[in-house]
Amino acid sequence: MNVHEYQAKQIFAKYGVPTPKGIMVESVKDAVTAAEQLGGPVWVVKAQIHAGGRGLGGGVKLAKSLEEVEELANEILGMTLVTHQTTAEGKLVQKLYIEDGADIKDEFYLSVVLDRKLEMPLIMASTEGGMNIEDVAEKTPEKIITVPVDPSIGFQGFHGRELAFGLGITDKKKKKNIISFASKLYKLYMDNDAELIEINPLVRTGNGEFLALDGKMGFDNSALGRHPDIAAMRDLSEEDPDEVEASKYGLSYVALDGEIGCMVNGAGLAMGTMDTINHMGGTPANFLDVGGSANAETVAKGFEIILKNPNVKAIFVNIFGGIVRCDRIANGIIEATKITDVNVPVIVRLDGTNAPEAAEILKNANIANLIVGNDLGDGAAKAVAAAKGE
Amino acid sequence: MSILVNKDTKVIVQGFTGKEGSFHAEQCLAYGTQIVGGVTPNKGGQEHLGKPVFNTVAEAVKNTGATVSMIFVPPAFVGDAVMEAAEAGIELAVIITEGAPVKDMQMAKAYATKHNMKTIGPNCPGIITAEECKIGIMPGMIFKKGNVGLISKSGTLTYEGANQVCKEGFGITTAVGIGGDPIIGLSYKQILPMFEADPETEAIVMIGEIGGDLEIQAAKLIKEQITKPVVAFIAGQTAPKGKTMGHAGAIVSGTAGTAAEKMAALEAAGVKVVVSPAEIGKAVAEVLAKK
Repeated sequence: MNVHEYQAKQIFAKYGVPTPKGIMVESVKDAVTAAEQLGGPVWVVKAQIHAGGRGLGGGVKLAKSLEEVEELANEILGMTLVTHQTTAEGKLVQKLYIEDGADIKDEFYLSVVLDRKLEMPLIMASTEGGMNIEDVAEKTPEKIITVPVDPSIGFQGFHGRELAFGLGITDKKKKKNIISFASKLYKLYMDNDAELIEINPLVRTGNGEFLALDGKMGFDNSALGRHPDIAAMRDLSEEDPDEVEASKYGLSYVALDGEIGCMVNGAGLAMGTMDTINHMGGTPANFLDVGGSANAETVAKGFEIILKNPNVKAIFVNIFGGIVRCDRIANGIIEATKITDVNVPVIVRLDGTNAPEAAEILKNANIANLIVGNDLGDGAAKAVAAAKGE
Repeated sequence: MSILVNKDTKVIVQGFTGKEGSFHAEQCLAYGTQIVGGVTPNKGGQEHLGKPVFNTVAEAVKNTGATVSMIFVPPAFVGDAVMEAAEAGIELAVIITEGAPVKDMQMAKAYATKHNMKTIGPNCPGIITAEECKIGIMPGMIFKKGNVGLISKSGTLTYEGANQVCKEGFGITTAVGIGGDPIIGLSYKQILPMFEADPETEAIVMIGEIGGDLEIQAAKLIKEQITKPVVAFIAGQTAPKGKTMGHAGAIVSGTAGTAAEKMAALEAAGVKVVVSPAEIGKAVAEVLAKK
């Protein structure tokens, strides 16, 4: 789960990680009041969406007067922001963060992520702040320093020294500040089961302090149960409504732009099914994993979500039952045809646990539009043909 | 022969009396797995599925001589359960539970390694040595005994692959579902050499996914150490960038961990790479015919 910049900064503040003062607002009027409260003389008006690259997209602008704050708030609030991390349609800006301007001397990059190879958190830093870090990694990898921290010992002095000297920070006071900053960040990463913290840019001000000018945080969904305060920060308006609806039923759904709706159990088989369809000249309309506990209701819901997409010309149900029992899926398909008007051909391939029972159920139900796929290849071929109207 | 587990392997179940634990333990017993007991705190002394229940893993090990634990405890308790197994001298923990916090798995895996305990999973179907020992949730009937070793990140693709291999008239020695979470136990790197050393395994099926670089590491290892033919499929060639597909492993960000990159590395290592999982069975028949 991701949170907004203003929420990440609320968490930073709790841990004493310095940030500029700021206020989140949802209207132009409140933006001006917030700016008055902060005092100025310079403010930054920032679009709050779950995507990076907001500045380049025109979603972050500097204001030098209250009139300018009003003007910019008017301009940014309600705009559809397109960045390299959003889709081509972009994201609607519904919230702004009005922030004090900072006296910037130097810009750095600092993040904490899980290193999957070392199986421990990694602090990553660079003197190339404000740049796209992927570009820095590609063009000048020597400008990125990495400091893995073994959680069994936690953040030690040597981690801090490696970081500070790596960034070329030798002045005693500045060194102390950056080490303290990083150690707090590591602590909040561990305490909150974060998946990622990224600060770009991290700035050094005229008086040698370090400030998180930006803040991006993602959390491990599996651990949200023990962090109700963070779970409460979820902003559903930032997520795809169909994906949210699907997740309520234990379904994992991602919309794509093809013609063949897919309903599959297991993420691997679901991707493999998409690959097979693609390889046979068809195009998948979605990824849909019905998960391990699929039943009649969830399958019916799956059909409903798939059929909302007007591009769908055929549906391929591909289930290899392990925990999922095929007879339940078969009942779900029958249920779905009762609840929803399934007006496209449905190709069904059921294999594994209780497959013979499932075949019997489907046969007895006599559903028009239903085509049996004998195996993965056969089912995919029939789905591709059906979508082409063959 | 087989790898890691066989008909003599003694297994306990952590989370034995829960809904999932009970259902699957019963299936494993029916398959012939030597489940010698289970652990559910506060239910020690009871009997479940005709086997003794213990309060702690240490007690279970002491009384049954079990070396393997199958873990079904709820996600929030997985880390604790794995560390308890390691402390009690279990040699292999097979973690089925889905949704264990990543931080807990970091700690648990580090602790397991310190105690020389191997782990498989979490969020995986488990391990099966065909017609001998099933430790997990896979449909046992599709795994016929044979000469093909299988290793997969994805559960349902494990079944798909095994089913095709068997339909081609071959069978499986051992199949291992390693899971696709950010932190997993045994991976290709450790399991491929086990198949290489197993005299009964004549070919290996390796199923991977987008995300991470385990398959790239595997390609390097295959080039250097594996002489047996390997067939591979990488799921997610058509997955859009930046989207998580079902589990944490299946995420592509930027250029790292794409299917194309992994397929190229495996091909360069001499692996027969198929573009669709529907072709796994035929590819296995082909490489075995060449031998």
